[in-house]
Amino acid sequence: MTKIFEIPMYAYQKSPDQDATVPVRRPVVVIGAGPVGLGVAIDLAQQDVPVVILDDNDKVSFGSRAICFAKRPLEILDRLGCGQPMVDKGVLWNVGKVFFDSDETYKFNLLEEDGHKNPAFINLQQYYFEEYMVNRVRALQAEGKPIELRGKNKVDAVGQHEDHVTIEISTPDGPYILEADYLVACDGANSSIRRMLGLDFEGRVFEDNFLIADVIMEADFPTERWFWFDPPFNRGQSALLHKQPDNVWRIDLQLGWDIDREHEMKHENIIPRLHAMLGEDAKFELEWVSIYTFQCRRMEAFRAGRILFAGDAAHQVSPFGARGANSGLQDTDNLAWKLKLVLDGTAPDALLDTYNDERVYGADENILNSTRSTDFITPKSDTSRIFRNAVLDLAGRHEFARPMVNSGRLSVPCTYDGSSLNGPDDTELPQALRPGSSALDAPLGDGWLLDQLGDKFQMLAIGVEAETGLNACGIDIETITLSPDLHPELAARYLGNAAGAIYLMRPDQHVAARWLDFDKAAVLAALKTATSQGET
Amino acid sequence: MSDLIVTANIENVDDFYAALLDIHDGRSKDESDAINARLILLLANHIGDRDVLTKAMQEATQV
Repeated sequence: MTKIFEIPMYAYQKSPDQDATVPVRRPVVVIGAGPVGLGVAIDLAQQDVPVVILDDNDKVSFGSRAICFAKRPLEILDRLGCGQPMVDKGVLWNVGKVFFDSDETYKFNLLEEDGHKNPAFINLQQYYFEEYMVNRVRALQAEGKPIELRGKNKVDAVGQHEDHVTIEISTPDGPYILEADYLVACDGANSSIRRMLGLDFEGRVFEDNFLIADVIMEADFPTERWFWFDPPFNRGQSALLHKQPDNVWRIDLQLGWDIDREHEMKHENIIPRLHAMLGEDAKFELEWVSIYTFQCRRMEAFRAGRILFAGDAAHQVSPFGARGANSGLQDTDNLAWKLKLVLDGTAPDALLDTYNDERVYGADENILNSTRSTDFITPKSDTSRIFRNAVLDLAGRHEFARPMVNSGRLSVPCTYDGSSLNGPDDTELPQALRPGSSALDAPLGDGWLLDQLGDKFQMLAIGVEAETGLNACGIDIETITLSPDLHPELAARYLGNAAGAIYLMRPDQHVAARWLDFDKAAVLAALKTATSQGET
Repeated sequence: MSDLIVTANIENVDDFYAALLDIHDGRSKDESDAINARLILLLANHIGDRDVLTKAMQEATQV
């Protein structure tokens, strides 16, 4: 059977731009049609910003790669109009088990809070993820939205100019040049754009190899995340078993640093390893295998003039904690609305600097968490191994040691504490929704609060009288009036013990500012602050 | 802000010291290292107070 990732999803087609005598200028060109590039392009096109995506390939992700998608990215994908097919196809899980040696040490439950549209996590192969995003691109095109996806368009060179970027592209029909007001580089950890610009990518190299095997098998393992430290079938190393749709199971085996890659990649050497783990009688078929190493690193700055870097091109983390694609989508969430306002001329170019500030902050949080997980999973000294094993010994018997077990701190949304875009806060309101945090979902009538939020500035007036039709600097604020009595879960999350509140929400569903009472001048000042045109 | 207690605080300290050595008696270096690590984690959790733990770690690294 032909796999989805073997079929060209966006086959090369010649564009009229290739025959233009003078290079065509596009507002935004995105390099890379992975989850991050497709995310930023869909976001822009939905808001009527013309966008062209270039990719040197024409297929979705080869192999499952990223498989674990968290609530916040699913919320972002909902706003982008392609979240539901992912949740429908994905495997929902909330129980994890940790094994040490031969024993089950403990099990945890993600214990989801009720009253959110999206689950805490789904497992879904990256090829499906990208397929559904490409489907969304096609749907937007059918609606007449300005989005183009050009396969087999390889970028050979980029040039920075004061008011644009030039992009030299090669195609099966030969080379052509495009110009862009802004270029978004989403071309992955080995970003060629980053290399062409000679930009740094500093961080820590982890001297370790991991074998990924996706196997297709009918197995009665429960839908849980199983993680082994030092199991009998992979002595001194770790292992992971996780379920994906279509009876595909992700197996991740730590191999150590000093290995013969070619030898380990041979199927005749992989099969016995899998039998040792799954049982001698297990019947399975290999779908995809890969050996990876990783680094935790980021670019010093995610903005270089008119070129913006997002996803793995800008930052790279270990896979533990599902922080790669998940953080990449949070990059695009942060970037798209800022690009739109700057291109519209309703916000200054300086707003794009805050993309760098906020997402560098997010990347550092992810790098910190994934580095700590890696240090726990692969102790780097005798003493760190002694403490790691002591934690695992104690975790079986004592609850206190379980939070210390770190097989990956699963991705949670980033709160932009200290961002220059944050306006006033009232600390009487719940801390979880302080300025900089992403909105919490809650039931609203027959639907969900988050379905009403995003793509524009909005003011939530919860139990407080407020004006409608506010506007400043050419930016409208939509007022949404909500009754605490009608929406008790929403009130509990947004008000705590307060009687009412005003929340100013950014187009990426993050809180810009909040107050106990409505004050028009304060809201308009906060809008200016949130778009980098506040008084300093 | 709690302070790390650095004045005598254990009754019958000779008994305690002997008991501490006793748990390592006849153990290999690896076993003793594991016991010490578990002991540190148990005590740290019992103390809980991050200020106290930070001061204890600072004190332990100063010789």
